[in-house]
Amino acid sequence: MSASVEEADLRTLACDARETVLRAVANARGGHLGGPLSAVDLLIALYFGVLRIRPEEPTWPERDRFVLSKGHSSVALYAVMALRGYFPLEEVMTFDAINSRLQGHPDMTALPGLDMSTGSLGLGFSAGVGIALGAQLKGSGFTTFVMLGDGECNEGTVWEGAHVAHRYRLDNLVAVVDQNGLQQFGWLDPSTGRRVPPYVGAELADRWRAFGWRVLEADGHDLRTLPAVLQDAREGSGAPTVVVARTVKGKGVSFMEGDYSWHSRVPTSDELARALGEIDVTRRTPERVP
Amino acid sequence: MRLPGPALRQVLGETLSELAGKDPKIVVLDGDVGSSTGGAAVETAHPERYLQTGIGEQNMVAMAAGLATVGFVPFITTFACFAVARALDSIRVLVAQPGLPVTIVGGYAGLLTGMTGKTHQIFNDVAIMRSLASMTVIAPADQIETRQVIERLAALDGPAYVQITREPSSAIFDEDYRFEVGRAVTVRHGHDLVLISTGVQTTRVVDAAELLAERGVSAAVLHCPTIKPIDETSLVEAALGAELVVTVEEQSVLGGLGGAVAEVLADKALVPVKRLGIQDCYGESGPNEALLEKYRLSAARVADDVEQLLSTIHSRNEPAIERSRLDDD
Repeated sequence: MSASVEEADLRTLACDARETVLRAVANARGGHLGGPLSAVDLLIALYFGVLRIRPEEPTWPERDRFVLSKGHSSVALYAVMALRGYFPLEEVMTFDAINSRLQGHPDMTALPGLDMSTGSLGLGFSAGVGIALGAQLKGSGFTTFVMLGDGECNEGTVWEGAHVAHRYRLDNLVAVVDQNGLQQFGWLDPSTGRRVPPYVGAELADRWRAFGWRVLEADGHDLRTLPAVLQDAREGSGAPTVVVARTVKGKGVSFMEGDYSWHSRVPTSDELARALGEIDVTRRTPERVP
Repeated sequence: MRLPGPALRQVLGETLSELAGKDPKIVVLDGDVGSSTGGAAVETAHPERYLQTGIGEQNMVAMAAGLATVGFVPFITTFACFAVARALDSIRVLVAQPGLPVTIVGGYAGLLTGMTGKTHQIFNDVAIMRSLASMTVIAPADQIETRQVIERLAALDGPAYVQITREPSSAIFDEDYRFEVGRAVTVRHGHDLVLISTGVQTTRVVDAAELLAERGVSAAVLHCPTIKPIDETSLVEAALGAELVVTVEEQSVLGGLGGAVAEVLADKALVPVKRLGIQDCYGESGPNEALLEKYRLSAARVADDVEQLLSTIHSRNEPAIERSRLDDD
């Protein structure tokens, strides 16, 4: 079942998750950082405040389902699952190693607790639509949560699925968009030399609204408010719900924040030390609002 | 030569409706072509189990994978071209890699797609699907076999692809026939050569064997409904003692049944293997009989081509003469 954890503890857990993500990617000399770091607070809020799950019984039939459709953020999911008790935290250091259960992208055949294999963008969301439709058909009471990236919303299959979810009135389905404002490379803004966000301003929320979804907006790093928003999202209202969560790519490490090049860059040992130092400062500064 | 029976798509709809009536886990997904694929029968019989997903094949396949993870047994129904070519990544990542029990029904399979032409004809769906690890690939020949194939696939614990054709097709099996996944069956005995076929083409190949018999050639016909896993034992047994093996399929000669048979028999190096089927090309629209003639899949054209292959083999079997001629040059 969902753990009742104080907000201050959630913030500590988020710091632990970020530290684990950084160490695992540095150790593997591969993987992604920007997307996992933007997703950490959302994952912490879900796994410690919202999802009805039994880590000791990962295939509990009535559990809420969670699909990480932005599968390249797997290392953040592994860190949070480990902190939640699915497996030992040390195992996250096997991320991307040969024969590891913690594959570069989530593999449901390798690791209990993963409700879908993902990695090809957009497809996990559509699978989540199928899971939610299955729950509706069976009369099961669980909620299906799917996390997408905003870049991922480029994929046409997202909108195929959004249409069908609305058609079936799947109010047991919650999409959470980690809107970190950057994709792997994206479009160049010639006037600034920076990368253009996948969706600007209200474009993304408006698209979901146009597809008939109930749209909730949130600060994707504010652990004081996120659990309540995500709880609200699961309250069925005749339509599927999307939480468009504003986040920062690379959140928590100043020199990674907002820099698309950290999408899948591996830190040097010096960069890792600086990054872990920043995480440590955040951990020791409880009054610091994320 | 034969009286046409019900189209396999009709049998598909009837069988799925019956299965859905018996098993609440069966769901049928439709990509907006149920009135063509035969799936519409399920909507009539069990509307709650008929999941219309609209015109969006990638999403449909991914939804089926999600349904499978919560205990359903999904059958995806659309045209073979769209199921395979358009939704391949969904199939690869969400169905084949996790090994989920999803059956993909490729309707309008092969050459005869109701005058729609090359966009709606796919000749390498078997080649593509059999190259996916964990995928079972089946092409039934007639209504008796189709019914049993669908029943078996509903109980299969893994991904499957099955070709279902559009046009009325004749029965070659009787009610005593028992289909088994992975088993080929001899449908005609003969001692000069072995014809190996799959799907509805087997009926035309049996007819071709009759024509060959009239010309003094005794051809066995091995029907191979399961292209993956291929029945290696039956292939090797059939090839033993034959002077030629010819595969015939309503598919490209690249990578389909012919490829599968050639892979097995090449390892054993028993016998020459020739492949008949659609050459490395795209199709076109046209009346069925004209298409079968032009793409050399009618019984008469298959018989002609097999006879030609036999004569080539016979001339090659006189290598001493050939070499002496070359020496003179």
